[in-house]
Amino acid sequence: MQRFPCPFCGLRDETEFFYAGDLGKVRPDTTQPVSDEEWSAYLNDYANVKGRAKEVWVHTACQEYLALERDTVTMDVLSVTQFRKGEI
Amino acid sequence: MTKSYSGFRLLKEGIGGNKGWGQAWRTPEPEKIYDFIIVGGGGHGLATAYYLAKKHGQKKVAVIERGWLGGGNTGRNTTVVRSNYFYPESAALYDMSLKLYEQLSRELNFNIMLSQRGMVVLAHSDPEMELSARIVNAMQINGTDAELIDADRVKKLAPILNTRPDARFPIKGGVYQGRGGTARHDAVAWGYARAADALGVDIIQNCEVTNFLIEGGECKGVETSKGTIRASRVGVAVAGHSTVMGGYKLPIQTYTLQAFVSEPMKPVMDTVAFSPSYGTYFSQSDKGGLVIGGGLDRIPSYAQKGNMPAQEAVLSGLIEMAPALAKVKLLRHWGGAVDVTPDSSPVIGPVDVPGIYINCGWGTGGFKAIPAGGYLLAHLLATGKHHEVSAPFDPSRFRKGRLIDEAAASGIAH
Ligand SMILES: Cc1cc2nc3c(=O)[nH]c(=O)nc-3n(C[C@H](O)[C@H](O)[C@H](O)COP(=O)(O)OP(=O)(O)OC[C@H]3O[C@@H](n4cnc5c(N)ncnc54)[C@H](O)[C@@H]3O)c2cc1C
Ligand SMILES: [Zn+2]
Repeated sequence: MQRFPCPFCGLRDETEFFYAGDLGKVRPDTTQPVSDEEWSAYLNDYANVKGRAKEVWVHTACQEYLALERDTVTMDVLSVTQFRKGEI
Repeated sequence: MTKSYSGFRLLKEGIGGNKGWGQAWRTPEPEKIYDFIIVGGGGHGLATAYYLAKKHGQKKVAVIERGWLGGGNTGRNTTVVRSNYFYPESAALYDMSLKLYEQLSRELNFNIMLSQRGMVVLAHSDPEMELSARIVNAMQINGTDAELIDADRVKKLAPILNTRPDARFPIKGGVYQGRGGTARHDAVAWGYARAADALGVDIIQNCEVTNFLIEGGECKGVETSKGTIRASRVGVAVAGHSTVMGGYKLPIQTYTLQAFVSEPMKPVMDTVAFSPSYGTYFSQSDKGGLVIGGGLDRIPSYAQKGNMPAQEAVLSGLIEMAPALAKVKLLRHWGGAVDVTPDSSPVIGPVDVPGIYINCGWGTGGFKAIPAGGYLLAHLLATGKHHEVSAPFDPSRFRKGRLIDEAAASGIAH
């Protein structure tokens, strides 16, 4: 079992963490017209990085959102910070 | 032409000490320029090259593989073939593939060991039986052979399964496809490679494509670890690595999918059983090992090795399905980097860069689709147009919202 770091709870089992998506992916502003391409890219496309990936995760035990850097080949967690509105 | 394989040849080579077989395919250095380049020497890439040469008469074709043939998911899968999908578009695709598989050993003069031992998807409650009936109806309307079977039939097909009423998920019956079964995965890659090579296709191994050669907004070839290789049409069939070479975006996420093989034992299982509730499926290989698979790992990853929570889920499911197997030892387990799409259906068609055609998104279930995937990508490359079977799987379906959501039929499995 791999252990992931939570800035609030310390090292915890990987099963307590939930992968929520790419970091930096922003929902298009739907008060303005959004093209099919933009909307489809938002819904379906992923960075799908091989190597150093920046992702959003949730620690389900404390319900905090985390900005996590992870190597998708070695599975190592490279950095973790809390992810709050306006901070990243 | 490579020498043909036959019973007579086997006898002759056996008497001669097996010294006269020769190489099954050449190991050429890449030319500077081809008409077609296929990136990826897995099943889909090799089949594409074969059909380009065989069906479309193309002579200047290269397959470029970064490792060895079938070293990706084609050599890592649990070898289940079937065509029991829900939507007509998928049924047309996967049944085309199964029909090609049924002829393939003869066509390629290579025994792919297709064994149509049947496959049962178990139903564990009355509502699941009702859903199974609906699925069977859909499949029959699509022209796929599917039967709704009851618990007694399951018990006859696979007595090793726990059919007792006090099981964690009691077995009520299931969806049975008699034409489903298994095939030898390496043989599919090798058979296509040998036949393509005999038709003049250059198969180049240990050569990594690093990026596409773009001139005037169009793809004119590839940059590789062995230099630039030019071609006006490039087909890409690299599964989990579909977005790594850059140039275009795709709705693909790469996950690890794991599988397990047990120590060999006497025959206990002569069909394939899959339980969506337990999240496990298994069959028994001709060598006697149980071949066990299940769902994806929880985390996107390119590591061709898996994590333990998924192992625990799959193996505990196996023991619930067949408690008699609890003491069986595992021999090996491994993972592959599979290409998952939002609707669990493949992506076949041109990408935004002219000259590049993609075949990917098979996720957990593209071994069964190798003959069709190759046939259809070859058609696209040779004619520039979709075959009617591949048209619904064009990448534009995501923009149009015309998804083919097969999560229920392919959800975890194969
Ligand atoms: C554990 C497991 C079990 C499975 N079980 C089943 C099953 O029971 N039934 C079923 O139908 N399907 C199953 N699948 C899925 C199936 O294996 C795949 O969908 C199928 O093999 C994909 O074939 P492919 O040719 O597209 O990809 P691959 O066989 O992965 O081939 C892609 C090739 O591209 C090469 N490549 C990648 N990047 C580059 C580059 N930059 N340059 C050159 N070459 C490159 C790779 O080395 C690889 O050889 C399973 C998969 C796994 C991992
Ligand atoms: Zn926490």
